Amino acid sequence: MQEILQYIFSGITNGAIYAIIAVGFSLLYNSTEIINFAHGEFVMIGALSLVTLWGSFHLPLPLAFVLTIVVVSGTGLLFERFAIRTVKKPDHIVLVIITVGASIFLRGIAMLIWGKDAYSIPPFSSNPPIDIAGARLLIQSIWIIVISLLSVVALYFFYNKTLTGKAIRACAINKKAAWLTGIPSGKMVMLSFVLSIGMGAVAGLIIAPITMCSYDMGTMLGLKGFCAAMLGGLGSLWGALIGGFILGILEAMGVGFVSSSLKDAIAFVLLLLILFIRPGGIIQSKDVQRF
Amino acid sequence: MLLVKNLKCYYGRIVAIKGVSMSVRKGELISLIGANGSGKSTFLQAICGLIPGLEGEITFEDVSLKGLDPPAIVQKGISMVPEGRLVFAPLTTLDNLKLGAYTIYRKKLHKYVKKDLEMVMELFPILRKRAYQQAGTLSGGEQQMLAIGRALMARPRLLVLDEPSMGLAPLLVEKILETLVMLRNKGLTILLVEQNARAALKISDRGYVLETGKIVLQGASSDLLADVEVKRAYLGKDYAEFYEGRA
Repeated sequence: MQEILQYIFSGITNGAIYAIIAVGFSLLYNSTEIINFAHGEFVMIGALSLVTLWGSFHLPLPLAFVLTIVVVSGTGLLFERFAIRTVKKPDHIVLVIITVGASIFLRGIAMLIWGKDAYSIPPFSSNPPIDIAGARLLIQSIWIIVISLLSVVALYFFYNKTLTGKAIRACAINKKAAWLTGIPSGKMVMLSFVLSIGMGAVAGLIIAPITMCSYDMGTMLGLKGFCAAMLGGLGSLWGALIGGFILGILEAMGVGFVSSSLKDAIAFVLLLLILFIRPGGIIQSKDVQRF
Repeated sequence: MLLVKNLKCYYGRIVAIKGVSMSVRKGELISLIGANGSGKSTFLQAICGLIPGLEGEITFEDVSLKGLDPPAIVQKGISMVPEGRLVFAPLTTLDNLKLGAYTIYRKKLHKYVKKDLEMVMELFPILRKRAYQQAGTLSGGEQQMLAIGRALMARPRLLVLDEPSMGLAPLLVEKILETLVMLRNKGLTILLVEQNARAALKISDRGYVLETGKIVLQGASSDLLADVEVKRAYLGKDYAEFYEGRA
């Protein structure tokens, strides 16, 4: 019993991280139909930026937070401006392959800046873990879960209650109609990139204290996030959340009850299963079946 | 108000518009008629900035529209009701209308939006009833009204409509066209592109007939309605004589 609870705690913590990465995938897919395979690298840059800003420069945590998000979103902006928008014939498949290239490029740059070493930083607050029925819940886990959920709720409000959010949705629904309505769709695509990559930065921030941060941490995280997004239903905000938590919990259970070498396999088996059985994901959004 | 001089548009190496000149004066309701593939829609898209690399001149209120993208043209005062309505189906009717006012919001003119919403709901009372319904669940006629309402929310001085009667029952077509007359009487300038030539000519002041990318006839709508050529080709009358001549 105590063990199960412990697995669930660690599953929910990981799940929250997968969820927020998955949200980044979904956001961008929704408005551009691009799957950004460089997304994981932005998570990595987020984590390593926090390592530098907070761990080495000793800036106050909130400032380091904001600066990291600005740095990563700025990188995302440059990525959109120079790698995506300059493409002459923007077929989706071409753009997706560009993101794969960008992922390799960003990893290389990160290796030059931060080297091949792995870094670690202390948790955001140094309180001891909470004891719940014999299982231990890290305070950092609570930070992770709260920040993920808050980000998703904030995004939900942005997309459903603000004019700019609705304008982004309108562009996703029908770009031509949005354009003719007077909505500058180029700017909206840029904003989607920045938001999606900003979510990646947040994922990097919250994960930094519980993992070893190095230049190559992003790839696996990105793939896991992608699995979670597919599992929940690509393009759906709540789907990404559900997919993330399911993936996290199943992974923790698999590691706990079977073997820790299974950890990464579980995500991909799940991905295959969902593709075979229900390609639209758990929450099937009807209007994203475009590939 | 709108002046088009020797407009040429290309799709690759195909010339879709082969030198069209026309004008719309303030307060007029102009209809542009023509069969399938005559270049009507291409012409409208050129005006709205959807076609890059066109030749000739398009000026609106003495300002050239060349090289502007659609949002910029909306800001200049031309709104288009696109072919096939293209409402934002998953969003509510109200959100659709508010997005129509996107450029107005961006100019920080929020007070106009409320007034305009009221005006559109007055014009199409059914939209008030459907305000919180997803636009995709509206009937074809309602969607057309919504598309027109959305275009009006940007406070255009020239309203451009691409085939508003497409796929609608005759009664609804009549209602939509009546609304256009009403808008014209309130001082709005309208350019109407239609395959339903008779209906369009009946309500418009002047008309242009487009055929394979060229204007073949123009004049007062009443004259065009009476013109045998137009009748034969677009109004579906005198088919008997038409065939007799060639049998």
